Amino acid sequence: MRHAISVLVDNEAGVLSRVIGLFSGRGFNIESLSVAPTLDPAKSMMVITTSGNEQVLEQIKKQLNKLINVIKVVDFVGKEFVEREMILIKVKAKEETRAEVLRIADIFRAKVVDVSSSSYTLALTGDKRKLEGFIEILHPIGIIDFIRTGTVIMEREMHGRRKLKV
Amino acid sequence: MKKISGANAFIEALRCEGVKHVFGYPGGAVLDIFDAIMDAEDIEFILSRHEQGAVHAADGYARASGKVGVCLVTSGPGATNTVTGIATAYMDSIPMVVFTGQVPTHLIGNDAFQEADIVGITRPCTKHNYLVKNISDLARVVKEAFYIARTGRSGPVLVDLPKDVMKDTIFFKYPDNVVMDSYCPTYKGHPGQIKRIVNLILKSRKPVIYAGGGVVHANASKVLVDFARSMNLPVTTTLMGLGAFPSDDPLSLGMLGMHGTYAANMAVTHTDCLVAIGSRFDDRVTGKIDEFAPKAKIIHIDIDPTSISKNVKVDLPVVGDSRMVLQGMLSQVKDAGDEVKVLLKGIKPWLKRIDAWKKEQPLRYSKGKAIKPQYVVEMIDRLTPDDTIISTEVGQNQMWTAQFYKFNEPRLFLTSGGLGTMGYGFPAAIGAQVAFPGRTVIDIAGDGSIQMNIQELATVVQYRLPVKVMILNNGYLGMVRQWQALFYNKRYSHTSLEISPDYIKLAEAYGAEGIRVTEPSEVEGAIKQALAIEGPVFVDFIVESEEDVYPMVPAGAPINNMLLV
Ligand SMILES: Cc1ncc(C[n+]2csc(CCOP(=O)(O)OP(=O)(O)O)c2C)c(N)n1
Ligand SMILES: [Mg+2]
Repeated sequence: MRHAISVLVDNEAGVLSRVIGLFSGRGFNIESLSVAPTLDPAKSMMVITTSGNEQVLEQIKKQLNKLINVIKVVDFVGKEFVEREMILIKVKAKEETRAEVLRIADIFRAKVVDVSSSSYTLALTGDKRKLEGFIEILHPIGIIDFIRTGTVIMEREMHGRRKLKV
Repeated sequence: MKKISGANAFIEALRCEGVKHVFGYPGGAVLDIFDAIMDAEDIEFILSRHEQGAVHAADGYARASGKVGVCLVTSGPGATNTVTGIATAYMDSIPMVVFTGQVPTHLIGNDAFQEADIVGITRPCTKHNYLVKNISDLARVVKEAFYIARTGRSGPVLVDLPKDVMKDTIFFKYPDNVVMDSYCPTYKGHPGQIKRIVNLILKSRKPVIYAGGGVVHANASKVLVDFARSMNLPVTTTLMGLGAFPSDDPLSLGMLGMHGTYAANMAVTHTDCLVAIGSRFDDRVTGKIDEFAPKAKIIHIDIDPTSISKNVKVDLPVVGDSRMVLQGMLSQVKDAGDEVKVLLKGIKPWLKRIDAWKKEQPLRYSKGKAIKPQYVVEMIDRLTPDDTIISTEVGQNQMWTAQFYKFNEPRLFLTSGGLGTMGYGFPAAIGAQVAFPGRTVIDIAGDGSIQMNIQELATVVQYRLPVKVMILNNGYLGMVRQWQALFYNKRYSHTSLEISPDYIKLAEAYGAEGIRVTEPSEVEGAIKQALAIEGPVFVDFIVESEEDVYPMVPAGAPINNMLLV
């Protein structure tokens, strides 16, 4: 199962490598990673997405909690959350496909951030599924390259809301 | 108040921590600190002959005394030489602070002379580590380092000190408190869980306590003894737990695991309630994990939440300090009254069965013409005072000591359990002797291991540390040879030590004394003679060369599947 884990850490040198070391030391691959300072600039939030053996992951979460510079670990599995990632994607834009690329960009609400005679660079924000759908649709047209930021995630504020029964 | 140098501030900080002994080795990056330490008459510095020796000595000091061991070395090679010792302490949760010199901050990352990224190198084998980039952080970092080393699940902490920071100046003030919002170990176990533990034990009919090094670290031995006796619970310990429960108590089963006793391994296999305290289900203990305590409800008390349900699924976990949790359990037992009487009656058949196992397969060895290593250990046990501190090297010497030396108190047995570091025992004995100058300290050694830190002979002679080294000289890397004998068709690939020094001459060359023993009849006399000598002694026991350690559970087999003598 895919897990998105947020790790609140002290914003100082070497902390990233301590956290990552727990994954690499157990042969665990990190699918995506994002790190940046928080509202309190002395702290950083890391978001790690990964998947693998649940028991090992349970160990890693405990070990993360044990690191001296780690303040809080949240696994979002089973929680209500909002999740976003950004992608910059460079696609071939020949005479016959230029319009098609723009149409797709429009449908996904992507932005054109750079243009050349043979390519468009598009920026899109969304959750993992939306980004992957976008990549899939553009694939037949010809993707030159893309880069993704990794997931950021936040728990939803449920206070004052009714839980809708589906 | 006057500004003082970083080096002097560092010494002040050690004073504030109550440090009396520092083990180490100098070099360019720490010249300022060594200059300052020369004037610190209240801090004794012990110069080892290799940085590995200094770290193991700090480790042995910590294990024997319960205080934080302190080590100070230079940058680069000095720092990298400490890594094995740090990893050794980390695996066995030993409180220790290692200070390393570092090149000046403006040169860090430049491949400067004698630069090593020791913080990076030791990240996975320290509890925590620091690079002090600014003198204003120095006092706080030292305070935190000692605090982290000795609290929670104790462990080694490394502090890297760049040379320019030691030269900088500051108005020194040592912080009164540690303020860390990201580190707060749990000591008090959950009262509801503690109650449930006692209830579960009360309902059992074949209970066993499995105690580990955590009991020693938490100074919980006394309350463990009281608790076990209050309910008549048999106790087996791990290698690290030896001494946490008296060997000569009738409830003692001895050590369990790969070279554990028959009774301990059988009891754990058949128990219906296993109470693990400060132990971590290491593979050398459990053997084949699926068949470890297969019929038992498992209770696990540990200060480290990451130890719980790591290797086996636990039915009843409690995170907390062994001593505090055991005290809680003991008061529950006192309230239980009649139920305890029912238990005491109900477990009689179980205790009988355990006694039968003990009688059926006691630890034993066959007599022979040559000196038997087990006999040497037994004689050392018989001839030494009760408060003797024993360290070991690694291999057969270590296992025979664990089996045949009867430890009745904690902190008397110093051995590298988790990492299994050859070369540990001699320097560890040095550390213990520094902590307890008046006590008998013995390293029971192998002929392979002793050569790994033999240079420390100079240290014992220089500081008049009367450590006795008893070498079980079998001419082999014996434990490896034993595996080759049992599992590799006796193909002794590179395990015969064809050339070894003459240990008598070697000891004498350093200014120590040496005794060689070749006949079983001389063993007793030689040990007595060694104990009577005021200074350090090497005793070279030429023992049976192909003696094996039994019982033995082959790696990966269930622990009731023992090879016996
Ligand atoms: C530093 C290190 N290197 C290698 C080993 C692997 N090893 C374990 S026991 C052993 C043999 C030890 O020989 P010796 O000290 O003579 O002890 P004996 O088993 O003969 O009593 C070896 C090589 C180790 N534990 N530590
Ligand atoms: Mg040997």
